[in-house]
Formats: sequence, C-alpha cells, structure tokens
Amino acid sequence: MSSDIYKDIILDYYRNPRNFGDLLDADVRVKDTNPLCGDIIEMQLKIKDGKIEDLRFKGKGCAISQASASMLTEVVKGKTLDEVKALGKADVLDLMGIDPGPTRIKCALLGLKVLKLGVYGYLGQAITEEVKQLV
Amino acid sequence: MVEKLTAINIPKIREDFPVLRRQVSGKPLIYFDNAATSQKPNAVIEALDNYYRNYNANIHRGIHKLAEEATVAYEEAREKVAKLVNVSHTEEIIFLRNATEAINLVAWSWGRANIAKGDKIVLTIMEHHSNIVPWQLLAQEKGAQVEYVKIDEEGHLRKDDIHGLIDEKTKIVCMTHASNVLGTVNSIRDIARLAHRFGALCLVDAAQSVPHMRVDVKEIDSDFLAFSGHKMMGPTGIGVLYGKREHLEKMPPFLGGGEMITEVHTTGASWKDLPYKFEAGTPNIAGAIGLGAAIDYLRKIGMRNIHDHEMEITDYALRRMSEVRGVVTYGPRSVDQRVGVISFNLGEIHAHDLATILDEEGIAIRSGHHCAQPLMEFLGVPAMSRASFYVYNTKDEVDVFINALEKARKLFGS
Repeated sequence: MSSDIYKDIILDYYRNPRNFGDLLDADVRVKDTNPLCGDIIEMQLKIKDGKIEDLRFKGKGCAISQASASMLTEVVKGKTLDEVKALGKADVLDLMGIDPGPTRIKCALLGLKVLKLGVYGYLGQAITEEVKQLV
Repeated sequence: MVEKLTAINIPKIREDFPVLRRQVSGKPLIYFDNAATSQKPNAVIEALDNYYRNYNANIHRGIHKLAEEATVAYEEAREKVAKLVNVSHTEEIIFLRNATEAINLVAWSWGRANIAKGDKIVLTIMEHHSNIVPWQLLAQEKGAQVEYVKIDEEGHLRKDDIHGLIDEKTKIVCMTHASNVLGTVNSIRDIARLAHRFGALCLVDAAQSVPHMRVDVKEIDSDFLAFSGHKMMGPTGIGVLYGKREHLEKMPPFLGGGEMITEVHTTGASWKDLPYKFEAGTPNIAGAIGLGAAIDYLRKIGMRNIHDHEMEITDYALRRMSEVRGVVTYGPRSVDQRVGVISFNLGEIHAHDLATILDEEGIAIRSGHHCAQPLMEFLGVPAMSRASFYVYNTKDEVDVFINALEKARKLFGS
C-alpha cells in the first residue's frame, strides 16, 4: 500500500486537518478557489505587530489542497508578514515532501495563494503577478 | 450498409495502436479516457504522414498534380463521412474544426436568422457546455428562452419534460445523442419527430455516438448533426457538421474568406454552393484525410462489432464496480441504449485524488465536471471520475482498474 504522492503525512493532514475552523477575532478573512476543480480554501488571520499571531483555515476539495493548506498554517504561525510574502512554491513542496506533478501543482499551491492574498490585502498592497500565477 | 457480424480480434486490434505499448508509472498504459479523445491507429498516423511527405498541396485551386491529388483525397474523405452516417448528398457534409465549431456555426448562421424574441430553444440538462453556451449567447442576444429537459434517477430524459417543453414557441431542440457523463443514448427519432410536428428543427451532438455505434441520419431524422474526428480515432482539429440541404442552402455564411466565394468585388461578394459556402480559408486538409483513414479503419472492424465489444466491457465494468464498497455510478445500469462511459465516485475520495492514484497504476481516467456543470449541479455532485472505453480496451484492463479502486479505498480508509 504505497503511493508516491499520498504519503501517510499527507493523508494524516487531510483526515485530521490542523488549525481547521473559525477564528472569531480574525483581522483578515480571505477565500479563493481553483476554478479547474472547484477546490476552495478560506484563511482567517489574526495579525499583531507585523506577525501572524494566529490563524485558521477552512475548505473543501482534494487531499492535496486541504493537506497543504493545513501544513502551511502550522508553519506560518508567528512569522512576520514579510516572511510570508517571501514564501514560494518550493517552500510548500518542501513542506509536503512530494512533487505533485504539473497537473496537481495548483492544488498544492492554493493554500499559499489564499494566505498571500490575505497578507497583501491586510497591508493594502496590490496583488503581485507572482501571487496571481500561483493557481 | 450491411455489416457482417464477425468475431473481432482485440489483441490484433491493439497492435494497431502504437501508444498502447507504452508504460506509465512503470506499468502498461490502460487508456480509459476515450470520451475525451481516442488513441490513433497506425493507419491514421500513416495517412497524415503520407499526405505531408508525398502530396501536400492546397486544394481546389491549384492546377498541378499535387493539388489534384490532395483535392481528390480531401473530397474522398467527405464521401467516407457521408457514407458512415448514411447521408446521400455529400455536400451536406461540412468539414470544420470539431463538434463545438459545428454547433456554433448553426447557432450563429441559422440561429441569428431564425430566432426572435420570445422564441424557445430546448436543450437537455445532460448537454456538454459546447451544446449549451452557443445557445445561451444566442438567446441573450435575441431575447429568446433556453429551457432544459431534465432526467430521471437512471439518467434518462424525462418524457413528461419533453412533451411539456416542446411546443409551438420552440424553434430548435438541441440534444446529445449519447451523454459524455452518463452514457445514456437518447431516442433522437422520437424527439425529432415531436420537434418537427411543431415546426422546430433538431440538432444532435453526436460526438459520443458516431465513434462508437452505427448512426444513421435518415433514421433519426435530425436536421443537424455534429461530431469530432479526434474522438473516433482521427486527428484533432477536424470535425463535421451534417445539415439538411434545405436548411444549409438558406443559411448565411458563418466565416467569410477565400474558398467560400464565387466572386468578390469592392461592393460585395457571392457565395459558393454547399459545402464550400461554410468552409472559408484553407481547411484542415491533412485532418480530413486522417479522418477518412479513421473511418476506413472503423468500418473494417464494423460499427456494430465495436459497439457490442464496448457494451460487453461496460457491462462487466458496471458489475465489477458494484462490488467495490463505496462506489456510486451515475447513469443507466443496463447496457441497453448506452455507450461505454461510466461516471462514478468512490466514497469521500475527491475525483482528482482518485485520478492521481489511478495514474500511478498506469490508468488514465477523467475527473472533474466533464464540461457539463449544469448536469453536475442538477445531480448535486461537485466532481466525478469517469472511465470511458473503446474497442481496444479489455476485461483484463477492467480487472486492473478494479484493483486500483480497491487500493485507493484502502489508502484513504473509506
């Protein structure tokens, strides 16, 4: 029973997503979908002193999109907004420990895109091409 | 056309398809995505190669040997298409890019000349986007209405909807012959008859039927029929519109340009006769020749044999899939009035995850909304996986597919 992509850790985060749910005192709520497959991710961020103090995510979709979003929430907690802005595709893939391949990469990057949309939105900055092209 | 019923030799047929020798993820390719596009036999690949190597030329206008040979081959392909769907007037066959372009041609040319405010366009809920969006655009422009015939639990069109919706306001009824999601084959003849009784026309999207079964336009009596070459072992970029001469002759051109005119002056132009009126610009010559080769290949096997084999595979797959815990299939459970398309879900596993797991086993299936979002919405299902068969598929492949489904189920613990 092995799969190159659906390693135990991915399936674990899919079945038992960390930081899943609502954050009542969130400063930012942001949502986006992958139009190709309808995957949806919402992020809720509490921001204090230029850092992500706390966050939650909600969503619906494939295991890759949900697990990657959940893993990301754990990593960015406590990080500065600049550090979040600097995160890229390679960081997400490192985190997941898989290469989802060209057809599924957008599933893996949806969480990062939503997170960045939230940060740029909070800062009142224009969304960069890099963010738009994630998914 | 009488086709002899002979046993077909599937291993021998498989040898004709170079791609079937391929490995994917270190395993033999199992290609179950035939409703999206079919694989190509050597005969088709060689026909394209031969055209480009030996007689590549533009058609109709050149006065030289190569142009003559290319023109003959292109027109022979048209005759092959006409024979395949039992059309006696070859000029009723128009070469286009695909079924989508064929439907758009009718919506633009016939539609803009014949649809007015308050008119009704009747579709079915199981249509592919290509047979919905052109009509929505037309209806919005003209202030017409689009109505949808719904389906029952097994994926058959509801008779009371058909009779309730088609009336004197209806100008055209557009429906698929075989659903790319459910596999249902619709009784076109009865619906066309009803449409004609109200003076409405009938357009049939035959993209999923012509490649897999005998289709006779005289028998079903549709006014227009659209299909794509690439789903029937032909190349991409070549498709067909059949239209009854009485309609095509009255319709204004769709695209203007070279090839479709008799005379052009600064003040205006006059059109060629059918079918050239609708074939502006240099057409897909190689594509048409390749489609002709595909039709020769299909007819050599026999459309009835192809359909019988696919129904045997479909019946077997439906039975085996019902044994996998958590599998839900959509569409008719009987193989009567069906094509070899099985859409399904497995427990809570997202269709994209399932497609990836199967890909790791060398199995190509489709997942998503299958370009039929209104149908998905009607069924209340966001995404489905789909296995679709062609004559080269086998029961052994279905067995590997079933094992992969079991593997996915265990992996996801559902």
